[in-house]
Amino acid sequence: MHDVSSQPATHQHTAPTGFIRKYVFSLDHKVIGKQYYGLALVAVLVGMVLSWLLRIHLAYPSWHIPFLSKISASGAPNGVMTPEYYLSLLTMHGTLMVFFVLTNAPFAAFGNYFLPIQIGAEDMAFPRFNMMSFWTTFLAFVVMMASFFVADGPPISGWTAYAPLSAVGGDAGPGLALGQDLWAISIAIFCVGSLLGALNFIATTLDLRTKGMLLARMPYSTWAWFVTSVIALLAFAVLLPACILLILDRVAGTSFFIPGGLVLSDKLQPHSGGSPLLWQHLFWFFGHPEVYIAVLPSIGIIATILPVFTRKPLLGPRALIGSMIAIGFLSYMVWGHHMFVSGMNPFSATLFSVPTLVITIPATIMTLLLTASVYGSKMRFETPALFCLGFISVFISGGISGFYLAQPSLDTYLHATYFVVAHFHFVMAVASLFGVFAGTYFWFPKMFGRMMNETLGKWHFWLTFVGVYCVFMPMHYLGLVGNVRRYSAFVDDYLAPLIPVHKFITVAALLTGAAQLIFFWNLIWSRFKGPIAPENPWEATSLEWSTTSPPPFDNFGGKHPVVQNGPNEYGVEGADGTDYVMQSAAPRRA
Amino acid sequence: MGKAFAVVLTLITLVSVAFFAMHTWWLPPNISTTGRAVDHQLAETLVGTGVLFLVGQLMLGFFAWTAGSRNDGKKIKAFPGGATPLVTIAIIVVGIEIFTLTFVGSKAWAAIYLTPPEAGSLRIDVQAEQFAFYFRYAGPDDKFGGVHPEKIDDGSGNYFGLDPANDVAARDDIVAASLVVPVNREVAMTLHSKDVGHSFYVRELRVQQDFVPGLDIPLHFTATQIGKYEIVCTQLCGLGHYNMKAYLEVMSEADYQQWLKAQAGQ
Amino acid sequence: MGIDIQQALHDVQAPEPPSVDTGGLISTKKDPRPERSETGVWVGISAIIMTFAAFTSAMIVRQGATADWRHFELPKLLYVNTLILLASSATLGIASKRLSAVGRLATAQEQSKKMYSEGMTWLHVTLGLGVLFVVGQFLAWRILVAQGLLLSTNPSSSFFYVFTAMHAAHLLGGLGGLIYMIRKFGRTNGTARTTGLRAMCTYWHFMDGLWLYLFLILLVRI
Repeated sequence: MHDVSSQPATHQHTAPTGFIRKYVFSLDHKVIGKQYYGLALVAVLVGMVLSWLLRIHLAYPSWHIPFLSKISASGAPNGVMTPEYYLSLLTMHGTLMVFFVLTNAPFAAFGNYFLPIQIGAEDMAFPRFNMMSFWTTFLAFVVMMASFFVADGPPISGWTAYAPLSAVGGDAGPGLALGQDLWAISIAIFCVGSLLGALNFIATTLDLRTKGMLLARMPYSTWAWFVTSVIALLAFAVLLPACILLILDRVAGTSFFIPGGLVLSDKLQPHSGGSPLLWQHLFWFFGHPEVYIAVLPSIGIIATILPVFTRKPLLGPRALIGSMIAIGFLSYMVWGHHMFVSGMNPFSATLFSVPTLVITIPATIMTLLLTASVYGSKMRFETPALFCLGFISVFISGGISGFYLAQPSLDTYLHATYFVVAHFHFVMAVASLFGVFAGTYFWFPKMFGRMMNETLGKWHFWLTFVGVYCVFMPMHYLGLVGNVRRYSAFVDDYLAPLIPVHKFITVAALLTGAAQLIFFWNLIWSRFKGPIAPENPWEATSLEWSTTSPPPFDNFGGKHPVVQNGPNEYGVEGADGTDYVMQSAAPRRA
Repeated sequence: MGKAFAVVLTLITLVSVAFFAMHTWWLPPNISTTGRAVDHQLAETLVGTGVLFLVGQLMLGFFAWTAGSRNDGKKIKAFPGGATPLVTIAIIVVGIEIFTLTFVGSKAWAAIYLTPPEAGSLRIDVQAEQFAFYFRYAGPDDKFGGVHPEKIDDGSGNYFGLDPANDVAARDDIVAASLVVPVNREVAMTLHSKDVGHSFYVRELRVQQDFVPGLDIPLHFTATQIGKYEIVCTQLCGLGHYNMKAYLEVMSEADYQQWLKAQAGQ
Repeated sequence: MGIDIQQALHDVQAPEPPSVDTGGLISTKKDPRPERSETGVWVGISAIIMTFAAFTSAMIVRQGATADWRHFELPKLLYVNTLILLASSATLGIASKRLSAVGRLATAQEQSKKMYSEGMTWLHVTLGLGVLFVVGQFLAWRILVAQGLLLSTNPSSSFFYVFTAMHAAHLLGGLGGLIYMIRKFGRTNGTARTTGLRAMCTYWHFMDGLWLYLFLILLVRI
């Protein structure tokens, strides 16, 4: 023990005292983690309101929404959206959710806060980079939001910003002038922030693990953040150049993505020879790994939290980690499955289809391991546990529909229909958010020193769980009928019979969204009024639970924990009649 | 709470599956020679994934139902056999699924996209623009006139940018706003776009193909049912995307010839 | 007997617990760990490689997409710039060697001082060469502009400007690092830890190699 208490604190920076240094431009990974979480909350709130507006417009196109006309008089005269404003809001919903929520919340926010603590470090490897990456991301957010307030509003080209629609400028339609410029600049800035963040995560995991924290002893969430940061490093490093080329096409008159002979608004465009497919390749080379950037951290979070509540070790930890790595690896070989009908060489379809289907193997393994871990457990059904179970369910639902879309021959029918919308919302958005919810209920006591309200949490879970199925399951049926996505209205006879389904979805979406207000309220209420949290309220094993709630500035009060166990010691005979052994406690006698 | 979760999950699962199984919302009937393989593939995938879906969800529900609680004195139980059989099962079952689907599916794909159209099939040139489709038939000389983007002028109806003054082949080209084709005859189309990306999607044909600006993309099909079907754009192309459509009119050979004559006479 | 690390962790005043057999897991020495600045540089380098791989494949795809690629002759100045950059790598290597020796020779005052002043000189020379390279690249742009080859003239010139500008941007980051090193060693009379300097060298040499690669591919393709 001598060495433990005598190891000097080597914290790189001392605790700041001024408000700005402490809460705004802080170098502390915990503050930065909370800042990321806050940014994601703001983004998700905007994104959710946008989804409400979109859903209302689809099902009840004649409704007047007064505050909309205040935001954009031309986009929503009398509070009724124009088709172009619908697409603007659609683009912003997708962009905000994918980049500023699904990338920020499970990965940047929780990763920042807990990765260093879980490996027993005092901070990130590069605290200054860490601060820069948050504020870069924040700047990207501000630039993105600014597009709401420019002349013809946000771009209408979707979050995938396919060229040449996104590249030719204002001649292609409203929002594609300044709005699209802001979009491209914002995403480029976001790439820089994410690259800095990923670099930091990798270096921290490799270099700052405390004594005894072997790779095999890292909690699954740490593994997930680590694997994700490797994916993010390589993915954003490709999106950044793509955005730079797009910006040049837009402002400098180059022709990377714009072919010759295009006539828009009766004007022959002054470009020649560019390749629209090049944008799609670059974008999806980032875009598909991005799906795993969103969902892998949540898988890691769930795998960390689930055993805490089943009170038994997770089944097959090595298979789980192996599957994560396999998914990270495979994620770079499958981008073409977004482009089966894009006009790329049809022979390559099979080439992209097979690895896509193969990805279901590690995904199935992870799902089975999580499911089987529930078997024969002594389950503590607290809110985080419920969200873990919910996660497994929606991950199965979303994964199953992937089978359809991975096959080029079915994609010829289902591509660009609501089936796709259902698929990615389940597997990427809802699954990832369930991980965030589980993580929030689980870690809130550690982050803020207070417990969250259980009753509100349970209400939140049940309404959300049933709600997301009501919202997204019917979308599969719409897709089968051939209901095309990204339509601002369903004007023809063919789709008219589907309007009742759309109305059902809209009502469900409004209610499910309203249920999230319970969550917001719970966050606010518990922050100030929640019962004081003990050090280890859930009887969990990982290192963050061996320090105070919330942890001191240097995480462990001037000392370095020494790790002697893996994270999986549940359902065992621990000290003082407990059924678990902390990672930093003495190993259990055989 | 575990039992409640099991009940809710089971209900969700069964209701979801029921709507699939009952074909409450379903594809319109197929009208193409290649679509049958697609439908077959879909049916096969539905069964395979349906089983996986049911097993996965119900297993989760069952485990949640049978989970003990904090103070019931039950001992926790390890999963029989541990992780290895699960991993093996995942690899084998999903592996077989992947193998079959790829094997069967690539044939359906190949019939649409990897097989060249037969010689003598009806050639149609398709131009997509914000927010309409135009279809061009070669006319009696069976030759398409050259395309000149700078001559495109929607106001005078020159959607393709033809130059009949200097180009003999262009003079008898027929341009229509509907895709009119004879039944049971193969149609070989060339898709190109005037401005941004669009897509050609006819649900009943089970065919979807993007228009990529700058590229001429081939697509062929044979319609087997006389009737009028919707062609819709599925690639986000701008504010009028939702309303960008045309009709595919499948006619008897005689009706088609008559239509052609009427068009040429205009 | 149980040892409670929790307790020890939180209670500084706690009496030293009896030493127990912990299976050799607690060592008294800090494990040898890779230095974080070097890890960081290597991770950063892999991201930069990825970025330029994306640019390169974009160039290959774009060149193959349409037959509008116009070849042009690269300004001869680029050869001079290349030599300047290579020289800067060499001078940085010398600087790093000198400064690394400062710490080791701490006892031999005279020699240590000499090493320090020499090292600093070489660092400044490197900085000068780096700036010279960037200026040289800018002049190469001016030469192309004078020939009427602008960013939007042709895909070949577009890619030339993009490649050189992106490389210069990354090199400016390296120059920032150099200035930071000069200030750091200046402040501490050369006794600062040299790990950061080693990482700096790695990055700078990589910038060198990256430029050689870019120059080569530009020569072949343009």
